[in-house]
Amino acid sequence: MLASFPSPPTLERALSPQADEALVRINAPQTFFHGFTPAVREIWQFRELLTNLVRKELKVKYKDSVLGFLWSLARPLFLLMVYWIIFGKFLKAGVPNFAFYLFSGLVAWDLFGSTLGAATVSITGNGGLIKKIYFPREILPLAAIGAGLVHFVLQLIVLFSTLLAFRYDFFGWNLLLLPLAIVALVIFMTSVCVFLAAANVYLRDVQHLLEVFLLFWFWMTPIVYPINTAINAMSKHTVMGINLAQIYLLNPMTNIVMGFQRAIYKFKVVHTPGGSVQTLYQASDSEYILRLVAVAVGSLLLVWLAQRFFARAQGNFAQEL
Amino acid sequence: MSTAVRVHDVSKRFSLHHDMSLKERVIRFRQDQGEEFWALRHVGFELEASNTLGLIGANGSGKSTLLKIIGGILTPTDGYVERRGRIAALLELGAGFHPDLTGRENVYMNASILGISRKQTDKYFDAIVDFSGIERFIDNQVKFYSSGMYVRLAFAVAVHVDPEILLVDEVLAVGDEPFQRKCIERIKQFQQDGRTIIFVTHGIDMVRQLCDRVIMLEKGDVVIDGKPQEAARAFRERYAPEVEEEDDIRGTGQMLITDMMVTDGHGHRKERFEPGDELGFEFVLDPKEPIDDPVVGVAIYNHVDTLIYGTNTSLRNFNLGVVDRKRRVRFGFGRVPMVEGQYFVTVAVHSRDELVQYHWLERQISFKVYSPAGEPGVLHMNTTVDSLDA
Repeated sequence: MLASFPSPPTLERALSPQADEALVRINAPQTFFHGFTPAVREIWQFRELLTNLVRKELKVKYKDSVLGFLWSLARPLFLLMVYWIIFGKFLKAGVPNFAFYLFSGLVAWDLFGSTLGAATVSITGNGGLIKKIYFPREILPLAAIGAGLVHFVLQLIVLFSTLLAFRYDFFGWNLLLLPLAIVALVIFMTSVCVFLAAANVYLRDVQHLLEVFLLFWFWMTPIVYPINTAINAMSKHTVMGINLAQIYLLNPMTNIVMGFQRAIYKFKVVHTPGGSVQTLYQASDSEYILRLVAVAVGSLLLVWLAQRFFARAQGNFAQEL
Repeated sequence: MSTAVRVHDVSKRFSLHHDMSLKERVIRFRQDQGEEFWALRHVGFELEASNTLGLIGANGSGKSTLLKIIGGILTPTDGYVERRGRIAALLELGAGFHPDLTGRENVYMNASILGISRKQTDKYFDAIVDFSGIERFIDNQVKFYSSGMYVRLAFAVAVHVDPEILLVDEVLAVGDEPFQRKCIERIKQFQQDGRTIIFVTHGIDMVRQLCDRVIMLEKGDVVIDGKPQEAARAFRERYAPEVEEEDDIRGTGQMLITDMMVTDGHGHRKERFEPGDELGFEFVLDPKEPIDDPVVGVAIYNHVDTLIYGTNTSLRNFNLGVVDRKRRVRFGFGRVPMVEGQYFVTVAVHSRDELVQYHWLERQISFKVYSPAGEPGVLHMNTTVDSLDA
């Protein structure tokens, strides 16, 4: 039998609608250029739901597995090992301390790639919620980003412990690039995630297309090979008067990964007994900073665009799912 | 009184094509976008604060769509909705429950989805667990719960919502009777708190019990908007379950029941009664061969198929003897003791040992009872009210 009723919750606030409170139009149409700030404000109001969703995502993923969270490290570490054997040993990428070079770029890419995958299906995978409950829909891709960030922090911890264990010399001003690179990455990632999550509702091909495209994108980013090889090869070609190397450098992920590498791997040139090797992008630190700032600012614009697209699309989410 | 919800000329169109792949898009590009249908057409009303509105209508009439539009879950194709105050929508019990999470984790998850803050949830947590009655299992994963435990936990969270406007879908229709009683009790409490409530229901009795106002939808149009009593009556008229028409005879056919009618108890046909009117049934037994000692039974069902009363000649110690030619049978019941509603009559004739059914007429005839006061319930009592100085 049912237990007796709990005492009714005391009301946090007087119930009769306040005289000063106006009737609010629900889902009022917005012009393309307005509505970003109210949307952000609303997401902020729902931040508790956001943190709960992040928590849920993390808990559910590793529930009932013995190693639990350790699995989130397994994949990148395994990838690292494979690339290290193939490119460091078989193909001789020619980068001293190749494992650390790899890891510093891979940690950024892993956050980007896995979060994009999760965020893209975040709306389509939560149809049950969307059809029954009102909340700012942006919360769902944002929760995917939140969960990704938790994994990212774990990986960073592993990375830095390894660096310390091997007494790798990564200390210096270069570390200051790391927060900037992370900020740029998160902003850029947010824009792409929000856009893809909405697009996938209308076109389920997006999630499959993304898989393929991410593969291409990964290899177009200097993670497993030194950037100089790519730039040297590409600078010999031009397309419509533009040097291919310049196009290559326009990739936001290239700039972000470059930032990570400069921050963690540190050395642009390494002197070895066999001569000096150019490892990272050959430019001044101010250019590194400038590139990251440019990505961050540009991505802010993209976030705005993505949210506006999302806002347009979300009115019909509940019926498209 | 101030308006809590204003629905302004809302229409909603759904299109019925659904293949979202790129290939389909390319093929269908510029072709017609499939069928369309209007789930709602020019629906408009204003609801005063602290009132309870019931949305009724048959399946597919658009009532859930309307609720979702008011809740902001769907956007209308035309028109708009305005609201005043915080809102919570109970469209599903246990929204966001994840089977792999524990009861405790799900309570917090579900609460935040319903807009209950973490602080509030902390405060009510013990009450929630207490009410659900699953203290021992609160740290077990929900997938190991029985469906009853699941629903009780979900409901315990749901009753702690604290909105000014509450939207309730047919969640109340689940669960056993004590559970439903709890739901109604809780809704009444919400009403006493002065909250504005809109709920969707099939249960016309619930409408009479709880609502100040009823809107009935039919295929997306508002067909009734008024007091619950009038609406309940109109609802019954419109959706009166049809009496069943059957050509083939149920039973052996050795004896047939014909000329069945409802009477005033004195041989005159009558279909509409008021409480206090006399009621009777009359029909003719038409034997195809002489039948020895048949038993005739009658039963009265209400609109939800509850047996109100049943009897037969054997129970009344009445012996028909050998029936070898047509014979008229009359049942008289005295004054109608039922409340307003439509009632259906089943008549059967069978052998005394009930092994042979000669003829069986199920729900082929009906009659209606109207009472001016339109009280709810099953039985109409001869109520008197008095008051004295105590």
